[in-house]
Amino acid sequence: MLGEGILKGLAETAKNFFGSFVSKERLTTVQFPEERLPQAEAARNFPFLVYDGHDWQAGLRCVACQICEKECPPKCIFIEKSKDKKPDSMGKQQFYPAVFNIDVSVCMSCQICVEVCPFDAIEMDTAFELSTGDRFDGLLWRKAQLAKPNSYFHQIHPTAAAEIDKRLAEAKAKAEAKAKPVAAAAQPDPAPPTKS
Amino acid sequence: MLERIKAEIEAAIPGARLEIIPNGSPSGQRSMLIDPAHASEVAKFLRDNSEFHLDYCSNVTGVDYLDKDQTPGHLEAVYHLYSMAKKHGPVILRLRTENRTDKVHLPSLTPVWRSAEFQEREIFDLYGIIFDGHPDLRRILMWDEFEDHPMRRDYVEPDDYEYEPTPHDEVLEKAKHHLSRSSQTA
Amino acid sequence: MTFGTTAPVDEQVLHHSPDGGEGEYLEIALGPHHPSTHGVFRMDVVLDGERVIKLKPVFGYLHRNHEKIAESASYLASMPYTDRLDYICSLTNNWAYALAVEKLAGFQVPERAEYIRVITAELTRLVNHTSTIGFLTQEMGASGTPLMYAFREREKILDLFESLTGSRMMCNYMRFGGCRVELPSGWLEQVKKIVEEFPRFLDEYEQLLTGNEIFMARAQGIGVLKKDLAINAGITGPMLRASGVNYDIRKVDKYGIYDRFDFRIPLGEHGDVYDRYMVRMLEMRESLKILDQAIRDIPSGPIMDPKAKIRGFRPKPGEAYGRIEAPKGELGFYLISDGSPHPYRYRVRPPSLINLTVLEDMCLGSSVADTIVIFGTVDIVLGEVDR
Repeated sequence: MLGEGILKGLAETAKNFFGSFVSKERLTTVQFPEERLPQAEAARNFPFLVYDGHDWQAGLRCVACQICEKECPPKCIFIEKSKDKKPDSMGKQQFYPAVFNIDVSVCMSCQICVEVCPFDAIEMDTAFELSTGDRFDGLLWRKAQLAKPNSYFHQIHPTAAAEIDKRLAEAKAKAEAKAKPVAAAAQPDPAPPTKS
Repeated sequence: MLERIKAEIEAAIPGARLEIIPNGSPSGQRSMLIDPAHASEVAKFLRDNSEFHLDYCSNVTGVDYLDKDQTPGHLEAVYHLYSMAKKHGPVILRLRTENRTDKVHLPSLTPVWRSAEFQEREIFDLYGIIFDGHPDLRRILMWDEFEDHPMRRDYVEPDDYEYEPTPHDEVLEKAKHHLSRSSQTA
Repeated sequence: MTFGTTAPVDEQVLHHSPDGGEGEYLEIALGPHHPSTHGVFRMDVVLDGERVIKLKPVFGYLHRNHEKIAESASYLASMPYTDRLDYICSLTNNWAYALAVEKLAGFQVPERAEYIRVITAELTRLVNHTSTIGFLTQEMGASGTPLMYAFREREKILDLFESLTGSRMMCNYMRFGGCRVELPSGWLEQVKKIVEEFPRFLDEYEQLLTGNEIFMARAQGIGVLKKDLAINAGITGPMLRASGVNYDIRKVDKYGIYDRFDFRIPLGEHGDVYDRYMVRMLEMRESLKILDQAIRDIPSGPIMDPKAKIRGFRPKPGEAYGRIEAPKGELGFYLISDGSPHPYRYRVRPPSLINLTVLEDMCLGSSVADTIVIFGTVDIVLGEVDR
């Protein structure tokens, strides 16, 4: 019969149309912003700097090693090292970034800076409602705007944050365990110190 | 296999000067340098030969060697050939120009493999190699009135500095130079 | 023998009709602002009434000098730029580049990473083919309905990509020597769910289109591409197989672990628009078969070659050409290294650009409406054509 294919096609369209009233699978529209889909845990948008504790300047993990600046493909990160040092989470004196700017009009969210950071200081944020009225200065994010607490990191990427915290705590415990025999050896001791 | 191909070509086309170029990487893909005068004949032979039957030219690349890297500095066109009938490959051919300034003519292999048509146009556009025998040699990616050849290693961009909020390294130099110049003319 | 030319239009031809009629040919530009040209693409056509006499594709509007940027960036820094080549299928672009670098440097990819690569590549093939067929029906005039059905399925796969790589389209997932991160828990079950439900969607889609008389009338016999011309013009991918040539790089080169999977290669007979549509539909079914086998057989283990470094990667001087069967055709990367951290020459062999070589041959004599349809089946993405 001529037109049979078209009728079968129309049956298909009707199935989808009427099915959208009864089945959630056929009605795929999400009424954003009233309804929101949950974001995947691994989702990434723009980077941010992690700080431990409550003071964002004292607890900032970044030591201005500038590796992320070198590896960034479109070169959107700009870092200036500080002249003085401050103690980091392990107690060692480290440099810190006096200036840390990310130009988000250039950043392409490739996540390479996160991958190469040896100190887990920069991570990917998931916030995407970031519109601003200023095309130049509004899209240049400075250190204060980029620094967010570790608790926020736990909120957006729980498994990654938990794993990093575990690793850092282990490293800290190992460093403290190594510091103890050294402190003990500083006291005068006739017997040779045992190697731990 | 490359040695056998070389031997067969030399037997079939007397006077063709061929040279096998080694490859330092673990990929082992060695290439064969062909002199431009016999390139068309060699290409037709490779395509129509019943044993090799290299009927599919997959990739045509332009490479630029400056005078300081290799003497004399020259431009190169590299052809990757495969066979759809016999399912083997790649056979890699290289054609070299004599220098980078005036003797930049190479024979076009588009009459042999039509897939080289757009790719040779791109090499003409971006490197400046002129392919003799190409049916329609015009710029393809840049606009027609553009001058100079952008992919060459000594290409200098025209001064059209765009404002960037965070200039550093060479972009900062360019910004300082451009802004001081424009404030002089203003 | 030469297979046609695309020389510029002769002034003489422009103003004199061959059958002695009065009037001129009409020379118009289809594009670059055009809803159906898959991006910023222009076709300068010379029309005799409604029939196409000459057609010249013009592109370069999206040229972002990707190859020149790669010469001053490190090998790793070029990886996010490869996402943006064929921006619909970013994971296959990543794989092609990683394959070329692995050939250049001699890295060995562990088995689990190979399986993950195959799974993501076949999912990308599903994404691409649904998108292509959807847009094809849009260009034929079915204003959006089959397109939205296809996109509904595509969204499910893009959500999978987001939970694995962090981004729906710009995935940046492959690394030299393996993959970037391990699969999250539950990801394989979600892939399995898609593999189980996709055939039902394909059946519904075929019911809508394959037997549809309007679709058949608009697609059969249009834009015929003969076998010999296809081989000589370097066409690859579904366009080549629709013309009847059995050449699929997954079967020829057997890169990765494709020789372990049992799948067939659909071939067309006439090389027209309908055959290209059918080849893509059948390829999607074969991809589902491969996915099924891959999910069943994936082993556990490491996902990166221990010898591969992320930073400071300097391969030995040499060159390598690595190619894969991307959803659009043969995507190849040609790298020349001189021992420094930057490639000396970085070349992308774009399937979309080469497939455009025969656009004029296919469109000669057809009407403007058919030209758009034929152009839709060539399946180009401007990011790849212009780089």
